Amino acid sequence: MLPILLLLPQIVITAVFFFYPAGQAVWQSLFIPDPFGLKSQFVGLGNFEYLLGDPYYRASFVTTAIFSGLVTLVSMGMALYLALLADRLIKGAGTYRTLLIWPYAVAPAVAGVLWLFMFNTRVGVVSWYLGLLGYDWNHVLNEGEAMGLVVAASSWGRVSYNFLFFLAGLQAIPRSVIEAAAIDGAHFWTRFRTIVFPLLSPTTFFLLVVNVVYAFFETFGVIHTITSGGPQQATTILVYKVYKDGFVGQDLGGSAAQSVILLFVVGLLTIVQFKFIERRVHY
Amino acid sequence: MQIKTFLGAMASTAALSTGAYAQTEIQWWHAHSGRLGELVDEIASGFNDTQSEYVVVPSHKGNYSETLNAGIAAFRAGEQPHLLQVFEVGTATMMAAQGATKPVYAMMEESGAEWDPDAYIGAVKGYYTTTDGEMLSMPFNSSTPVLWVNRDAFEAAGLDPDMDLSTWQQVGEALDALKQAGSTCPLTTAWQSWIHLENLSAYHNVPFATQENGFAGLDTELALNGPVQVAHIEAMGQWARDGKFIYNGRRNEGGANFRAGECALFTESSAGYAGIKSEAEFDFDVRPLPYWDGIDGAPQNTIIGGASLWVMEGHDDAEYEGVAQFLNFLSSPEVQAKWHQDTGYLPVTVAAGELTREQGFYEANPGTDIAVIQMTANEPTANSKGLRLGSFDQIRGIIDEELEAVWAGDKDAQTALDSAVERGNQLLRRFQQANQ
Repeated sequence: MLPILLLLPQIVITAVFFFYPAGQAVWQSLFIPDPFGLKSQFVGLGNFEYLLGDPYYRASFVTTAIFSGLVTLVSMGMALYLALLADRLIKGAGTYRTLLIWPYAVAPAVAGVLWLFMFNTRVGVVSWYLGLLGYDWNHVLNEGEAMGLVVAASSWGRVSYNFLFFLAGLQAIPRSVIEAAAIDGAHFWTRFRTIVFPLLSPTTFFLLVVNVVYAFFETFGVIHTITSGGPQQATTILVYKVYKDGFVGQDLGGSAAQSVILLFVVGLLTIVQFKFIERRVHY
Repeated sequence: MQIKTFLGAMASTAALSTGAYAQTEIQWWHAHSGRLGELVDEIASGFNDTQSEYVVVPSHKGNYSETLNAGIAAFRAGEQPHLLQVFEVGTATMMAAQGATKPVYAMMEESGAEWDPDAYIGAVKGYYTTTDGEMLSMPFNSSTPVLWVNRDAFEAAGLDPDMDLSTWQQVGEALDALKQAGSTCPLTTAWQSWIHLENLSAYHNVPFATQENGFAGLDTELALNGPVQVAHIEAMGQWARDGKFIYNGRRNEGGANFRAGECALFTESSAGYAGIKSEAEFDFDVRPLPYWDGIDGAPQNTIIGGASLWVMEGHDDAEYEGVAQFLNFLSSPEVQAKWHQDTGYLPVTVAAGELTREQGFYEANPGTDIAVIQMTANEPTANSKGLRLGSFDQIRGIIDEELEAVWAGDKDAQTALDSAVERGNQLLRRFQQANQ
């Protein structure tokens, strides 16, 4: 009895904040309701058929894959690089660490506005300097630049979070192992490749899972403030399309169906990660 | 100390709200922020001062889309306001929601208020009136697109700032000269779909959608890929590739470039007046929206943008009487004339326009009447009385995407507009299915 009692708060929270809304989404995805909830038509899997038959929706999967891949790669790569540098610091380590963690405190929407301001085609500092170099920055029309900008803005705050974990992971590696390798004549790069990185793999794996979920779900604010999904549909990731169809288009059935698909995609991704990548993790 | 102040504040708030409780509250949700929000508050307190039975409480609920969403969510929760401001593209959504909204004409009749629907300007009223002549929502803020001219930029390029810019052909010549003189932004625009497709169609008396632009039925289909529209978008695309038309974004981002003096010409709503007047450090001019010379029926009339007030179902009769009184106050010539002069929005009644003229406003501010003249010059036709399309906010998003493809040189005008029609029609069919 006691174990169940102790589990109860967690179960209740999961039920109220996850199972109930997720169930609602599944139920709604079978209907085409009018926005005011006055009438509703049962369409079975009609919403799913409509979505999967829409080439723009299918293209959004590719956009999401590119976006999430880049955000994960950039934010984890940068964080690992910075953590390696910070790990070797002798003086002022605390200051550097604090400064590097700082951006994590900035909300995605605020980060989006900051980056937009720097890259604004008219008043942006960065675009102005790029102009001096002869490069005409215009993320309002150029799809590649728009994608680059939202990836940079989304990764920026995330680097701090990843940095924190990588640094902790690095410091948990016993000095003696590294020193022994150094005495054996292993250079920094060899030590990193054969000792540090494998020992860091639990941290890396954890961050991989967390960052992919972040890129999928929590980057809405950045996309909304910087590009609103444009130009054309270059930065319309799946989550943004859920918002656009549901809250701009008032197509609640189609939007619910998209949430259900998204739920499956993330579930699938997590299974893949645990089944295939976790095998290579040394605990 | 702080806690005491806080408690004191709470107590006084409580006292105030009980004081107001004796009167009937009328909730008015709107989408105006900044200066416009203050003016909305002024209108409400103006009404509250004239009588003691009702209190109109305006609340800002975010931008147009957010306000509409707030209203919908509130209705589902049974907490809807009495008055909800809905932008013109949400009209079809609201119309289809029978049972959630109360048509204005019916509410006015029931509450026995004196009210004449013919007092409203035809082009404004038409947008919110059924084909049977029943007015469904109360016109509030309406504007129409015009051409803004930076006179200093014209002089710098050696052009006569008073040159005729009535047609796009003439604008094209001006753009050539501006570009040649080294202008980095000869022309920019705001709200590309609204100005360069929706208004373009009405102005040249060609349909934007079948079934009288959606007025005659939910089975409407987009028709914006006709020869007039394709020719215009093709020309704009060519100007974009030549660096004569600079695209700055889907909303009114281009306004910053124009107000800063970078752009010579700017197609934007007449309601851009307040912002341009306060920020522009150059001589500017308002001109009618250009049309293509040689097209039969052009210039017809332009259509409105902006929003109207919808009365929501589910309140007491006594409260609706207050709503009726307030709507009458809102449409009175004095209130409307002040709103028109402060904001650049159109006067929604004929009387408000006349009052503004009598007060000498148009003489003191040349060009401010151009929007009114442009809208009322001709009796609206089936192609120019407005648009009534479901999921229109999202269709505009699709049009934005397709136009961006043209400006970037990825698609030609015909392909882009064909694709916009095909994608938009899918949404129209879904809307039809949800609302049949």
